[in-house]
Amino acid sequence: MSEKNWPLWEVFIRSRNGMAHRHVGSVHAVDAAMALQNARDVYTRRGEGLSVWVVPSTAITASDPDDKDMLFEPTATKIYRHPTFYEIPDEVGHM
Amino acid sequence: MPKPLFDYALRLADNALVLGHRLSEWCGHAPVLEEDLALANMGLDLIGQARSLYGYAGEVEGAGRNEDALAYLRDAGAYRNVLLVEQPNGDFAATMMRQLMYAAFAHPYCEALRQSRDGTLAAIAAKSAKELAYHVRHAAEWVIRLGDGTADSHRRAQDALDELWPYTGELFEADDIERALIADGIAVDPETVRAAWQRTMEDVAGEATLILPRSGWMQSGGRTGRHSEHLGHILSEMQFLQRAYPGARW
Repeated sequence: MSEKNWPLWEVFIRSRNGMAHRHVGSVHAVDAAMALQNARDVYTRRGEGLSVWVVPSTAITASDPDDKDMLFEPTATKIYRHPTFYEIPDEVGHM
Repeated sequence: MPKPLFDYALRLADNALVLGHRLSEWCGHAPVLEEDLALANMGLDLIGQARSLYGYAGEVEGAGRNEDALAYLRDAGAYRNVLLVEQPNGDFAATMMRQLMYAAFAHPYCEALRQSRDGTLAAIAAKSAKELAYHVRHAAEWVIRLGDGTADSHRRAQDALDELWPYTGELFEADDIERALIADGIAVDPETVRAAWQRTMEDVAGEATLILPRSGWMQSGGRTGRHSEHLGHILSEMQFLQRAYPGARW
């Protein structure tokens, strides 16, 4: 057993046709092919997926939590961006 | 009274159960969490296959024995699995090599069994074939990485190949019971999958920089109930609960 950790991979699973892949977690693996197998073995045991992506965690660029006020706060006052100001006629039914 | 279909289903079931139990022994002991789950997944695939086959065998036998009776209340001498599947887990390389040897045989075997004139066996084989295809891939990827890895992992993979090789001949044995079922289009002639098995082993060994032993003297006996000492230990653990508390349920 190696003292060194294997590289980390982020796992994305698409549950149905037409849906987007969603991030579900991460696995350790020595390379991409094994990462795919590990993702299958760890995250699709209960029929969760039809397609799996794995991405090296190091390939992800993340926003800085300290920037969250600057990045995300300004949208809080712009409620007009939400499509909640329309009257939907009953005849349209479920949208 | 000869009951060839019962015997045949039992042989297939015993292979799957014993190997599935061996894999379950890794639970909580694998080198990493991801592999712990992978081994448990493969073990559960095999135990699921065994359950279907025991259920069918019990039905064919018509003596009131269900899957539990067949799995938990037979002694080692009544088990009909090949010796390969009862070999100890050893190190990780030995477990993966054993898995590759078995799955590289069982996958094409089940693909062929899908054409069986027995509808139940064909249906069980169709489900099993998909599971076994993954076992081949997973075990092969590991054998390649171990063989073509460090000096230590290479040595362990080659040792596993050399030590387990004499147990592979038995996979291709067929006796009179089986030959009669083969003639009826119910069983698969194991000889017909030898080429596919050999090709998988050669391809993987080539990529893994391992040397396949030359086929020499082969172990035999599991199919007639002459087992290595390992099976008794497996059963003593696996059957303990039903033996100590007959009929226990939960």
